[in-house]
Amino acid sequence: MKYVDEYRDRELIETVSQEIKKISKKNISVMEVCGGHTMAIHRFALNTMLPDTIRLLSGPGCPVCVSSQSFIDTAVEYSKISGMIIATYGDLIRVPGSHSSLEKEKSNGSDIRIIYSVLEGLEIARANPERTVIFPGIGFETTSPATAATVIKAKRENISNFFVLSAHKIMPPVMKALVEDGVRLNGFIAPGHVSAITGSVIYNDLASRYGLSVVISGFEPLDIMQSILMLVRQIEAAHPQVEIQYKRVVNKEGNKIAQELVNHVFRTCNDDWRGLGMITSSGLSLCDEFAEFNPKRHFRINVPETIEPKGCICGNILRGMKTPPDCKNFAKECTPMNPMGACMVSSEGTCATYYKYRN
Amino acid sequence: MCLGVPARVIRVEDNEALVAVGSVEYKASLLLLEDIKEGDYIILHAGFAIEKVDPVEAGETLKLFLEIEKDFPE
Ligand code: SF4
Repeated sequence: MKYVDEYRDRELIETVSQEIKKISKKNISVMEVCGGHTMAIHRFALNTMLPDTIRLLSGPGCPVCVSSQSFIDTAVEYSKISGMIIATYGDLIRVPGSHSSLEKEKSNGSDIRIIYSVLEGLEIARANPERTVIFPGIGFETTSPATAATVIKAKRENISNFFVLSAHKIMPPVMKALVEDGVRLNGFIAPGHVSAITGSVIYNDLASRYGLSVVISGFEPLDIMQSILMLVRQIEAAHPQVEIQYKRVVNKEGNKIAQELVNHVFRTCNDDWRGLGMITSSGLSLCDEFAEFNPKRHFRINVPETIEPKGCICGNILRGMKTPPDCKNFAKECTPMNPMGACMVSSEGTCATYYKYRN
Repeated sequence: MCLGVPARVIRVEDNEALVAVGSVEYKASLLLLEDIKEGDYIILHAGFAIEKVDPVEAGETLKLFLEIEKDFPE
């Protein structure tokens, strides 16, 4: 496949690995923020091709994983309202909430439908005017523009039975929060598709104010190895800056159409992250002009008190402080077939990735 | 759910494109992009084309790899 195969060339990957080994002197930790990067690193065993001086940490970049327990519980309560349809991205239904999951509610008779695109949710609403459809909006800057475009379409077409329960999140505040929280890092392998939307400018103060090296990376093994090489060069030269490795998709300014849609429909709000708690201005909620699409305006639910899964250390894993084998449930009680925590549900989740490539 | 993949545009109709990832075809909304035409490559994410793949830059990135390789003749 074009733009895939050429970036998986074993020999070239080995060459970049040799170059990294040659120049890496300092002991450093870099975090891959995005779950897609975590997957590629383990799938292609890139961690085994690095010198001992480099430690890779997985970060909070899997949307399903960072969704808070109370968000899952809220979606579960909405699903119990009669006549309700929950139209959701697939992974979310398996995340265990405090007392139930969307999957369990589905087997109890709730109407929960898996969609690939948020536009399908809108189509379900159009086809079922007597019913109500709620879309649990999860995802980062990559995904929120799709939700924004769909909300605008719903408004224009006067579809009044479609709602968005927004837990959309934005990336830079959580990256800063981690560092302020004491996670020791020299740099970030920054998410490629988030940056395609936002442009590279959103990371500027991570370099200038926090002294961190940032390289925006593509998702193929060669991309990631080159990004690590670029990070090592920056860190060895003590010259932190923002660089783009994934130039075929990312530029400085990003996708202006997508940014305008998001700014039109959403405003930033404080948001709750699994394992990290409330982070200032890290989430998106519908702005006043689109408040009619907020299900909270129309339906009353009682969300029970949150209970975190027993023994699950997802929170520390999302902060790069622990790895899945540190969890006593890992690959024992907790498996992708029977996940106890969110990080084992999504294929981009750190626990699911470690499980899949554990041997 | 959060993965984006490069896809080739087969056909464009209004705000939507038919795209191929390898031999599998998908619909991609074009609400986030302008000026997409047949033969372009886009990044497909959750049913939306989120950005165009720039063939010139793609070539430059690969050239860089080949340059490193020159330093390691064996
Ligand atoms: S292995 Fe399971 S229980 Fe342990 S941290 Fe991961 S998701 Fe939580």
